Amino acid sequence: MQEKLIEVRGLTKKFGEFIAIDKLDFEVFKGEIFGFLGANGAGKTTAIKILCGLSYPSSGEVNVAGFDVYTQTEQLKLNIGYMSQKFSLYEDLTIYENIRFYGGIYGIGRKELHNKSMQLIRKFGLVNERNSLIADIPLGWKQKIAFSIAILHDPKIIFLDEPTGGVDPITRRQFWDLIYEVSGEGMTVFVTTHYMDEAEYCNRVSIMDEGKIVAIDTPNNLKSSFGAANMDEVFVKIARGTEK
Amino acid sequence: MRTIFYIIQKEFIQVVRNRVMLPMMIIMPIFQMLVLLYAATLEMKHIELFVVDNDHTEASRTLVSKFEGSPFYKLSGHSASIKEAEKQMKKDKTDIILNIKKGFGESLNRGEGTDVQVLINAINGTKAGLINAYSLNVLSEYMGEYAKDKGLYSEQFSSGSLDVRYRYWFNAELNFKHFMLPGILVILVTIMGMALSAISFVKEKEIGTIEQINVTPIRKYQFLAGKLLPFWIIALFELAFGLTIGKIFFDIPIRGSLFLLFSFSSVYLLAVMGIGLFFSTITRTQQQIMLLFFFFNIVFILMSGLFTPVESMPQWAQTANVVNPLAYFMRVIRMIMLKGSGVQDILRELISLSIYAVLILSLAVWRYRKTS
Repeated sequence: MQEKLIEVRGLTKKFGEFIAIDKLDFEVFKGEIFGFLGANGAGKTTAIKILCGLSYPSSGEVNVAGFDVYTQTEQLKLNIGYMSQKFSLYEDLTIYENIRFYGGIYGIGRKELHNKSMQLIRKFGLVNERNSLIADIPLGWKQKIAFSIAILHDPKIIFLDEPTGGVDPITRRQFWDLIYEVSGEGMTVFVTTHYMDEAEYCNRVSIMDEGKIVAIDTPNNLKSSFGAANMDEVFVKIARGTEK
Repeated sequence: MRTIFYIIQKEFIQVVRNRVMLPMMIIMPIFQMLVLLYAATLEMKHIELFVVDNDHTEASRTLVSKFEGSPFYKLSGHSASIKEAEKQMKKDKTDIILNIKKGFGESLNRGEGTDVQVLINAINGTKAGLINAYSLNVLSEYMGEYAKDKGLYSEQFSSGSLDVRYRYWFNAELNFKHFMLPGILVILVTIMGMALSAISFVKEKEIGTIEQINVTPIRKYQFLAGKLLPFWIIALFELAFGLTIGKIFFDIPIRGSLFLLFSFSSVYLLAVMGIGLFFSTITRTQQQIMLLFFFFNIVFILMSGLFTPVESMPQWAQTANVVNPLAYFMRVIRMIMLKGSGVQDILRELISLSIYAVLILSLAVWRYRKTS
């Protein structure tokens, strides 16, 4: 039996009368790359914010990394990383200053923080650019740095909300190399996307539509059960199915 | 504690890199001190005087020259027609009309009582009151001298056998700048402290970085302390800067202890910055918080006693001032600087503001939600 890092039972979130997510049930296992798919407005971001402890559910049980999202929100936050869809670096700080700031508020020791920052900067080949302002560097770099900052404190799970929005295919590919790298080191990855080719890179995916999970399995199983050649077709078939 | 340090460090870097904020911090005090202090004055100079002299005697000419000789009056026109004078007043070209009727000099020479008409533009009541007082002064001085010259000592002319001499305490020369400068300093540090920290918080909401902070295990008080302390230090620097300008350019008296002034200011700033931070927990955009600031600060400033004494406000207004931190500081800064009041004189205000600061900061911490 694999260790469950995320366990969700009957998760519902309402905004007034509007039901953003409706009785979700799923689990994510340790070491997985879990793809959380769905069209825009399907409720992906709402769900991810609940899993990260940024938003309370209306009802249902949610347990992340062994912590309850209602009562143990702060312990939960120490054990997860989150890279939001909205850009989250300070444009008026340099690459180094951004890493130092976020590392600092996670409580990483001064020496360790310096070593880690430099290690990251070296890894991305940005030694000469480490004192450039975030405002002055390309989007692809910014996203890699945002990702690195999200995993600086060695979380058990990293949540990525559309991490590759708006970048070119080569940069996207490089970004997925980073995801594989941390996954290989044992980190669990929870990623939302609407690029269906990226879904193929995941161990398992769930597909959300109008606040409900309509399919959840490995990409290969989904393709064969829907008789589709690729994930794109699976997605289109599901979307048509619910339009009736 | 280390967490707070990292936020403070980041805020300072951002302030220094901001191309608007840093120059504003230097220009604002200089501007407020040097420009506003000259502009926002209640001292009367250049009162426009229009003379209607139908008497044309030595007596009337002396009276007119008495006005002209005063540093407060400036002759704006001269006519034999009162109609013309009224026309000038309607056009706002004159503040006061001195109307001397025919027979003025003759009556005086006969030792009889006589009339002289003074018409004052009272659109601005305060100003009209001052003009009235100045004019009566000139007139009574004139009467006294005239009577002496003519050797007339009738009861009517001896303007007062009781010689009243005034001595103004704490601001002996009635220097209006000495009264206004502490008040302007209050506004300066209030705006700096309250707005800068609160706006920097709301800005994080706008650009989305707040979410990245909320997803860390940072404690709420740590984040707010990190937002407060840098601007608290900056505001205290602004106060020191403003005091230096006041000392150099206006020789402003600082009779009380500087240490007491800065201690009180530190507590005061915690209270107003607490208000700012509380506002930033209930707003989403810089626009919203700026509107809140406009509303509250205009009310706070006008009720604080900057121009008008709080004691002459209606009772309800004085009661309402309990929640107006500016009213405490406006009173105390003048007490310390102009009167040299000590800690026991301002103890009540100090304790009140300390309680205020604790309450409002707790409210801000409570209202700030990391999880919505």
